[in-house]
Amino acid sequence: MTRDLNVAVDTVGVADATPDEKQPWAELGLKEDEYQRIREVLGRRPTQSELAMYSIMWSEHCSYKSSKVHLRQFGEKNPRTPRLLAGIGENAGVVAIDDHIAVTFKVESHNHPSYVEPKQGAATGVGGIIRDIIAMGARPIAVMDSLRFGAIDHPDTARVLPGVVDGIGHYGNCVGLPNIGGETYFDPCYQGNPLVNALSVGVMPRSRLQSMQASGTGNIVILLGAKTGRDGIGGVSVLASATFSESGEGDARPSVQVGDPFTEKLLIEVCLELFDAGLVVGVQDLGGAGLTCALSETAAAGDGGMHVDLELVPLRAEGMEPQDILASESQERMLLIVDPAKAEEVLARSRRWGLLATAIGTVTGTGRLVVDFHGQTVVDVPPKSLADEGPVYNRPFTEPNDLGLIAVDRAETLPRPATDEEIRQTVLDMAASPNLCDKSWITEQYDSSVFGNTVLGAPHDAGVIRLDERTGVGIAISLDGNGRFARLDPYHGAQLALAEAYRNVAVTGATPIAVSDCLNFGSPEDPHVMWQFERAVTGIADGCQKLGIPVTGGNVSFYNQTGREAIHPTPVIGVLGVIDDVARRIPLGLGRTGDTIALIGTTLEELSGSEWAQVKHGHLGGVPPKVDLDHEMKLAELLGRLAGTEQLAAAHDLSEGGLAQALVEAICHSGLGAQILLPEGADPFTYLFSESSGRVLVVIPRGQELAVRTACEQRGLPITPLGVTDANTDGLHLRDHFDLTRGDLEAAWKGRIGSRLGE
Amino acid sequence: MTARIGIVTFPGSLDDRDAARAVHLAGAEPVALWHDDAQIHGVDGVWLPGGFSYGDALRCGAIARFSQVMDTVKAAAGQGMPVIGVCNGFQMLCESHLLPGALVRNAHLRYRNRPARLRVETDRTAWTRLYEPGNEVVFPAKHGEGRYVADEAVLDRLEGEGRVVFRYLDNPNGSMRDIAGVTNEAGNVVGLMPHPEHAVEALTGPSTDGLGIVASVLAHLSEGVRR
Amino acid sequence: MARVVVDVMLKSEILDPQGEAVLGALPRLGVNDVASVRIGKRVEIEFDQNAQNVEEQSRVIADQLLANPVIESFTVSIEAA
Repeated sequence: MTRDLNVAVDTVGVADATPDEKQPWAELGLKEDEYQRIREVLGRRPTQSELAMYSIMWSEHCSYKSSKVHLRQFGEKNPRTPRLLAGIGENAGVVAIDDHIAVTFKVESHNHPSYVEPKQGAATGVGGIIRDIIAMGARPIAVMDSLRFGAIDHPDTARVLPGVVDGIGHYGNCVGLPNIGGETYFDPCYQGNPLVNALSVGVMPRSRLQSMQASGTGNIVILLGAKTGRDGIGGVSVLASATFSESGEGDARPSVQVGDPFTEKLLIEVCLELFDAGLVVGVQDLGGAGLTCALSETAAAGDGGMHVDLELVPLRAEGMEPQDILASESQERMLLIVDPAKAEEVLARSRRWGLLATAIGTVTGTGRLVVDFHGQTVVDVPPKSLADEGPVYNRPFTEPNDLGLIAVDRAETLPRPATDEEIRQTVLDMAASPNLCDKSWITEQYDSSVFGNTVLGAPHDAGVIRLDERTGVGIAISLDGNGRFARLDPYHGAQLALAEAYRNVAVTGATPIAVSDCLNFGSPEDPHVMWQFERAVTGIADGCQKLGIPVTGGNVSFYNQTGREAIHPTPVIGVLGVIDDVARRIPLGLGRTGDTIALIGTTLEELSGSEWAQVKHGHLGGVPPKVDLDHEMKLAELLGRLAGTEQLAAAHDLSEGGLAQALVEAICHSGLGAQILLPEGADPFTYLFSESSGRVLVVIPRGQELAVRTACEQRGLPITPLGVTDANTDGLHLRDHFDLTRGDLEAAWKGRIGSRLGE
Repeated sequence: MTARIGIVTFPGSLDDRDAARAVHLAGAEPVALWHDDAQIHGVDGVWLPGGFSYGDALRCGAIARFSQVMDTVKAAAGQGMPVIGVCNGFQMLCESHLLPGALVRNAHLRYRNRPARLRVETDRTAWTRLYEPGNEVVFPAKHGEGRYVADEAVLDRLEGEGRVVFRYLDNPNGSMRDIAGVTNEAGNVVGLMPHPEHAVEALTGPSTDGLGIVASVLAHLSEGVRR
Repeated sequence: MARVVVDVMLKSEILDPQGEAVLGALPRLGVNDVASVRIGKRVEIEFDQNAQNVEEQSRVIADQLLANPVIESFTVSIEAA
């Protein structure tokens, strides 16, 4: 220990008496004008604890100060829908499924912690998003993840990837949530900045929707869950007190948060029991900014104030000072606001589950958030100044200078495989490439079936979960991003991700109804990054307006860069769909022998940003494929109509790797082979590897071809018959060109991740 | 009157709802039991579900063994009550010495979730009497610590007494002699790693083979053990 | 032959869920006066008869492989041959 425990606590009284005390606001990441604003708000200098709280709440992470001006577009452009019960600004968006059931879902990043300590970083990311779902009143029912790593052969990827997967698996498996899919991509741009985006979804009776308001003077503030330790005090409190302590060494190193999914499981059960019994007035999870954020947000959302006695917080570590306790990121904690008459029952029910619950304060009518530590006041602030009235920046943004040059460097001009044998080999090489190969090395480390409601999981285009066993009503979710397309054109790249997630949901037969997004970018202080951000947000907002589905919430992750090198702009889009009976879901595969294979949509010569350009040429240039959201809507409507009828046996979205990859996956997933005849005049290479958007491979039972063709024509959707499924064909027979046996395909596609990681 | 099967919820139990669904679908009545309650409320059989009781701290199932309910379950099992432990429940039965052997870390050191093809080796248990020996069933196997180990003498005895209940056809975890499930001498206590309760509906599982487990115990309760 | 024992423990400020769970189970064994339980790993390494720089090599093994320095600390002790 280097800190002198006899040093007096920095109270409001001390702050009043020592107005000129130098404070480490710059080291805490505050700008001088921000520090001056804090002094104006308080009419004095902040105490150490207050300074720590403002620095946390006014950080980019908590205040969205650089992104706010752009994110407003979501609210402005969101289509009005009676389904939306809670939207942006809440812990997670809530959407009505029917008259009784609502669903809440959200995707969030945990990028930087997953690079520092992959297992715990990823695990606590899953834990954090699950608590957001609980805080809305829902039972979490599934998780998904979108992962991006550096090159698969880079030694650091062998450190980061297995750790991240272990962390997601350990936490999700142990807390008992099925992992129903997601995506994993590799690109050197993510080498020092892997992206770990986790999504969770929960279900609740509509009447159980919870509020984060600390309302009702006299109500009790209860801290539920794990003890508070020094986890992840990112240097904040140590720095906050740096000038008060002569020694700057010792425990100044930020420590990693460690998650405990067992405690999280108990938190879920206890919170739901308390909600159902009507014992809770308000609830907020403790996330990245710990008690600081939970106290200020609940107090700011309420109508009065709050008084907290900080010494009542159960601690795990010795010698923690008030600013440590306020800044700690210890996991598995929730804050409850409870009627005093019900407080004893809340404590008793928590005890029954073996979960710690402690009354730490009360709701007051003072309009102030006051925190005492052993009777001395260390915080006395207007809560809205922390939670709602932080700084807002309109940062400069300009188009990157290189974009014009990149646009003319088109992948369509790159050398292509010329002979049938070269194309055949390209199909295999592509199937074996890191982004397209089988991901079961990862997904087999996740429980996918706990709860017994998983109807479709990985490797399907979207996960499908049953919500109600009696009615069969369910949901589908897909999580998609494409940093390469977004690098070429962030507006359309973001819309391509949106269109893909939307289509993936529709391919299961569900109707898309809502969006959550995770926006991963470089530094907002770089005007080029800010331009990418502005374009991507506008693309998503315009796209959602067009598609008629609202953005319900999400998360922004800036500063994903090493030195001056930013990651590709990577908006990851989660689309939620509803399906009235999960028995109608459309599976992946090839149906029965003799069924017709057809392609809905148009194949153009669109190779820029494609996987082929990446795998075969390490090339990124040109303009990404066109987006046609009108077409996507018609396609989704058609698939929803055909789902569960005798007219459709299977369907599969075409995306990275184009038609070739979709065929490889459908064949490997089913027991059948496929005989394919490309349309007359089609260039086989382009037809197989173009990544034109808005395309779906469908399998139509024999005798239903005309009905499906008519349904397509009525909607103006082009449909092209490609061939038949066949039990006697071994793998893929591309007539007039080449054959690939199942053995060839599986040898290329399977088992790649483990072997490339050196296992 | 339909049979009542008690399903114990420990802190960290995960498959308790799924077990209740399986019991219900097979025509029995699921009854919720609580780890901290020594009463088992007159149930006819007990199901110890999968999960991570007490966070799998120390060893899987090691702490659950000391719960109130386990004392009662042990006593009831000694009197012939049918008891099944699945996954974490199997680990508890081994830790409680109701079944021989132990479940240790998978040989490949990872948690792995895959449908497992199993061969039913005996119908002489309370939970498998409606299967035929040699039947092939598919239950999901999903665990990090499911490798069955015991010393050679114990294994020989299990084999000799026909107490290996399920065997893996594609051993997913390095279990000795491909053992996926075993029973006690009386045949009323069965433990297995793969999850029959996740193979009860065509919509959500790889098969519906798991229904036979509950159907078997119902037959057993009305007719007694097949010998 | 040099025998080296490496003890790996979570750093004191890092949460140990396993230790907490064991602590929570102790009252059921009738033990009520334990304040804290923390669980670590003991690794035994046996070097070849004529191995050099045993301690230094052990530290490398412990630091680079056995312990994760972000969350764990270790001690190395050499037992007499």
